[in-house]
Amino acid sequence: MSNESKVDCGRRRLVVATAAVGGAGALVALVPFLSSMLPSERAKAAGAPVEVDIGNLELGQMMTVEWRGKPVWIINRNKPMLETLPELNDQMADPSSDKDMQPEYCKNETRSIKPEYMVVVGICTHLGCSPSAKFKHGPADGMAADWLGGFLCPCHGSHFDFAGRVFKSQPAPTNLEVPPHMYLSDTRILIGEHKKGA
Amino acid sequence: MASNTNFEKYKSDGSLQGKALEWFDARFPATSMWRGHLSEYYAPKNFNFWYFFGSLAMLVLVIQIVTGIFLVMHYKPDASLNASGIPIAFASVEYIMRDVPWGWLVRYMHSTGASAFFVVVYLHMFRGIIYGSYRQPRELIWVFGTLLFLCLMAEAFMGYLLPWGQMSFWGAQVIVNLFSAIPLVGEPLSIWIRGDFVVGDATLNRFFSFHVIAVPLVLLGLVAAHILALHEVGSNNPDGVEIKKRKDAQGIPLDGIPFHPYYSVKDIVGVVVFLMVFSIIVFFAPEGGGYFLEYNNFIPADPLKTPLHIAPVWYFTPYYSLLRAMVWPLFGIDAKFWGVVAMGGGVVILAFLPWLDRSPVKSIRYRGPIFKTLLTIFVISFFILGFLGTKAPSYAFFGIIPGAPVAQLLSLYYFLFFLTMPWWSKIDKYKPEPDRVTM
Repeated sequence: MSNESKVDCGRRRLVVATAAVGGAGALVALVPFLSSMLPSERAKAAGAPVEVDIGNLELGQMMTVEWRGKPVWIINRNKPMLETLPELNDQMADPSSDKDMQPEYCKNETRSIKPEYMVVVGICTHLGCSPSAKFKHGPADGMAADWLGGFLCPCHGSHFDFAGRVFKSQPAPTNLEVPPHMYLSDTRILIGEHKKGA
Repeated sequence: MASNTNFEKYKSDGSLQGKALEWFDARFPATSMWRGHLSEYYAPKNFNFWYFFGSLAMLVLVIQIVTGIFLVMHYKPDASLNASGIPIAFASVEYIMRDVPWGWLVRYMHSTGASAFFVVVYLHMFRGIIYGSYRQPRELIWVFGTLLFLCLMAEAFMGYLLPWGQMSFWGAQVIVNLFSAIPLVGEPLSIWIRGDFVVGDATLNRFFSFHVIAVPLVLLGLVAAHILALHEVGSNNPDGVEIKKRKDAQGIPLDGIPFHPYYSVKDIVGVVVFLMVFSIIVFFAPEGGGYFLEYNNFIPADPLKTPLHIAPVWYFTPYYSLLRAMVWPLFGIDAKFWGVVAMGGGVVILAFLPWLDRSPVKSIRYRGPIFKTLLTIFVISFFILGFLGTKAPSYAFFGIIPGAPVAQLLSLYYFLFFLTMPWWSKIDKYKPEPDRVTM
C-alpha cells in the first residue's frame, strides 16, 4: 500500500496535524477530570471562624479547639513560661518571627495579641503532625535535662517553645502558624477572622 | 527462548473436543500463547528457592484482589460520624470484623496479604540483585519491576487510609504533606491531592477510588509488561550465564526445561509452604505484634490529636528513615524537601541498577569480595534503617547510642552503595563464569 520511494508530503502533514489536534483535545479533556479533584465549593465554604470562651482556661494550661479541621491551641502562659522566651532567642531558627507565619499584630516577642494568651495552629510545619505538649522542665516529660518546656512533634522530633517558635536545625522549617484571631471580649476569642487594627 | 507466537494452529484429530479447539484456536491465539509462555517457554534448569518469590508475588496479588472484592461489599469510605460518634469508615471495618459472616477472615487475609506482598517482593528484588538478573538484556524487566514496586507502595499507602484509624489519618497527613515541600507548586499540589485543606472525607473517597480501581489496573498492566519482557529475553539463573548460547538441534537451550510442567509444579511447592506460613499468621498473629496492624489504628481518626508515637507500617520504614535523615536545608530549600528527595530517590535509584553495575559477571557465585562485603553491609544497614524507622527519632540503642546519627550514616551508605557501584564493581575480582549452568 505505502510506496517507500514516494512519500505524499501533503498527506503526511495532514496526518501530523490530525494527531496534533487530537492530542491537544485529549489534553484539554483532562482538565475537567483533574479539576474535579480540587476542593469542592462545600469544602471551600467550610472555613467559618470559631468563637471560643477562654474564661475557664487556668494559668499554665492549654485548650484545643477545631478550626478548618485543624487543632488550634490556646495556651494561658504563666510568668515562668513567658520568661523562657527571651532566654531561648539564640537557640531559635527564627527568634523574631521574620517569616510570615503570623498576622502582623502578632509579630512580637510573645507572638500574641495579649502576652499571656498564645493562639497557634497545633500543626507542625514539617509534615503536619500535631506536636505534644511537654510543659515540664527538664527530663520530667522525657525531654533533655536543659529543656525549658514547650512542644515536641512525635513524628520527626521537631522542638517548639511556648510561643510556637521552632528550634534551630529541626525538620520543621518555620515557626508554628498563628491564625488570624481577635478578642470579642476579655474571655471570648474569635479564631479565623480579624478586623483591621485589632 | 523468546516467546514464539508463530506456532502452527491446532489441527483436530476428528474428535468433538478436537474440532471445538480447532475452531477456537483459528480465532484466538490459544495454543500459541500456551506454548510460548508455558509448555515451550524454556527456563534454566538450575532455579533454586529464590525463584519462588516471583510466582508468590502473583499469588499474593490474586489474594489481595479476591479478598478486596469481598471487602468492598461491606466497607464504606465515609469520614462522617455515625449516631454513636464513630467515623462510618472505621465502624464499617469493625462491622466486617464482628458482624459479617467470615468477614474477619477476609479482612485479616487482606491486611496480612499487604505485609506478605512486601515480604515476597523484597525477597524477589534481592534475588535479582544477587544473581544480576537486572543486567543486559533484562534491564527493562528490572525497570518495570521498579515501577511495580512504586505502584505497590502507592497501593499499600492508600489502602492504609481506609480503616480511618489514628495511624491511617496521621500517616496520610504526613505523606501528603511531603508533596507540599516541593518549591512553588507544593502547597497547591498537596491541596489538590487531599481535595481539601486537611485530610478528610474527600481524601478518603479518592484514596478508596485509587486503591480499588486505578492503581490495581496499573499494577496488572505492569505485571503483564514485566512477564512479557521476561519471556521475550528469557529467565536469568543462579549462575548468571545465558542458556540460549548453547542450543540443541531443535533450537532448544540445552540447559532449559519447559516452564510447564516443571516449574509450574515446583512453584506449587512454594505456594503450599507460603500458604502454611500465611495461614499461621492470619489465624494466630494477624496483628503481627503491632507491625502488620498498628495498635494505634484501632483508635478512630482524630484530626486534633497525633498519637504519641507515629511510624509507618514496617515495609515503609527503611525509606521513612531516609526521609528523616535529612535535617539540613540546602540551596535555600527547606530540609523537608530534601527528605522527600532522599525517600523518592531511594526507590528510583533502584531503576538505574542495570547501568550502575559494571561487573563482567552477573551472579554472586562468581563475583568478588568487594561486592559480597558491600552487599552484606547494605542488607544489614537496610534492616537497621527499617528498625529505626519504627522507632521515635529520639531512640538510642541500649539507651546510649543515639539512633538519629546512625540512620543518617546508614542513609549515606544506602546512596553511596549505588552511586559508587560503577567504580567498585569494575575493580572487584571475579571468577570466570562456567560455560553452562551448574546444579
